[in-house]
Amino acid sequence: MKAPTKTPDWNVLGLLPAHLIMLLTLIIPIGIIIVVSFSTRGPYGGFEYVFTTAPYKQLLFNEGWTGELEFNPQYLIVVARTLVLSAVTTSICLLLSFPVAYFIALQRPAIKVLLIYLVTLPFWVSMIVRVYSWIIILGKDGVVEKTLRGLGLVDNMDSLLFGNTAMLLGLVYSYIPLMILPIFASIEKLDPALIEASHDLYGNRLTTLRRVILPLTRPGMIAGAILVFVPSLGAVLEPTLLGGGKTMMMGNLIQLQFGGARNWPLGAAIAIVLMAAVMVFLIFQGLRSMRTEGLERAA
Amino acid sequence: MNADDDVRRYPGFGLFSAIFFAYLYLPIAVVVFYSFNANRIVSNWGGFSLHWYATALSNANLMTAVKTSLLVAAVATVASTLVALMAALVLVRGRDVRFRRISEAVVNLPLLLPEIVVAVAVLILFSEIGLANGMVKLMIAHTTFCIPFAFLPIRARLQGMDLDLEEAARDLYATGWVAFRCVTLPLILPGVFAGAMLAFVISMDDFITSNLLNSGGATTLPVYIFSLIKQGVSPQLNAISTLIMIVSVVLATVAFLLQRRQ
Repeated sequence: MKAPTKTPDWNVLGLLPAHLIMLLTLIIPIGIIIVVSFSTRGPYGGFEYVFTTAPYKQLLFNEGWTGELEFNPQYLIVVARTLVLSAVTTSICLLLSFPVAYFIALQRPAIKVLLIYLVTLPFWVSMIVRVYSWIIILGKDGVVEKTLRGLGLVDNMDSLLFGNTAMLLGLVYSYIPLMILPIFASIEKLDPALIEASHDLYGNRLTTLRRVILPLTRPGMIAGAILVFVPSLGAVLEPTLLGGGKTMMMGNLIQLQFGGARNWPLGAAIAIVLMAAVMVFLIFQGLRSMRTEGLERAA
Repeated sequence: MNADDDVRRYPGFGLFSAIFFAYLYLPIAVVVFYSFNANRIVSNWGGFSLHWYATALSNANLMTAVKTSLLVAAVATVASTLVALMAALVLVRGRDVRFRRISEAVVNLPLLLPEIVVAVAVLILFSEIGLANGMVKLMIAHTTFCIPFAFLPIRARLQGMDLDLEEAARDLYATGWVAFRCVTLPLILPGVFAGAMLAFVISMDDFITSNLLNSGGATTLPVYIFSLIKQGVSPQLNAISTLIMIVSVVLATVAFLLQRRQ
């Protein structure tokens, strides 16, 4: 006979360490971030618990000497740039990944394994090294410039480094393996009989792609979009190293406020905006995939 | 059957994939290529040389950073794998686990947040409780964000495991602990190992959190490399990068083979 009151609850005990760590190092500190974003900046960095909405106002306005507010879009531009670059990164990754994932899925098992290994390998290679490689390629006297000059295409070109294009290239390069893998998984699950059926019903390759393959691999694309979009929104290395000091994204703007600029409340406010953006996106995608699942079940 | 007649194939996808793989590996090849450049200026080829590897290996700051990274990663890997294993056993095997989905989301919380937010959270936490030891800060922070990376492969392995074996052990009067140690653990070991390996690599590779917490003499390898990049492109940097890549590729290959051998 078991005495239910005496046996320890293994379920609770097993989860306790993980939950305790997340509670103490993330959940409570995120609460503190919210508090900091409504606090006053300390005289030597840090913050003081004096309530103010100044950090959020600072996101949109400059405060003049007499306290009048003047609209200043500098931070808004950073937020907009972050959203646009992440969206473009995700779209480019989607476009590039589908043909590659599809091609891999059709190979013999041994080759398939090898190609998937090759896709995941860069993910294991240090992120900072992969971003650094683009400095060598795009920089002054870099590989791209030399090649173009060697071919006689350009004489004197502006450095490709430091700007939106360089950041975009770096972002796509960093995160594309995370798009290929889920799309590959969903193509693998696709029943080839459906493609043959579409052709038997006189659908050509394009129609089959549009009406059969793409709709059925949508869950993989949604998963890939999440895996690429979320880290792009929070990217720090790519904007710091490839964007130069002036074209920032939210990630390195936050880092700057907690580092050199020593304006913790402003940094906290931007972090809240970033977290809100991620949450809105995740909820939106969650609803979309729920609808897709619902349609599949109804069909 | 002729390949052209296979309705599943799309023309051009092969060529496209070939270009894609070139794009994926060319930047890495460029770094490796110029690491053998005798010239001090990276993109001016001055003949083959191993000079920069010798410089890198005798760089004391680099070696200190490697030691810091290894120590932090070792602690974070052991701690996060143990915690993740316990959580996975409950979440996959436990009966009547309340709030299973929310519990799992909490374990995976670092994956749902941009890393800079995780970094800011731990930075503010450590400043509030007044923790000053750089190494301890890094170990705690790395353990936190490594947990989901250790958790997911273990969970996958547990989900794929046959429950009958464990029940058979219990039928043969093995106690819960003996059944776990002699049956369950050996079976899920590849998953545990893969999870630990992933946690180790994620910790070694981390820049965002380690950079924000960087103080108290605890500079990790990526943070040190970042400081070198800020000083400008150099062949020594390429040599260091190449050495790191060799280690990464070996680790990745071991992990990959382990996961394949099911």
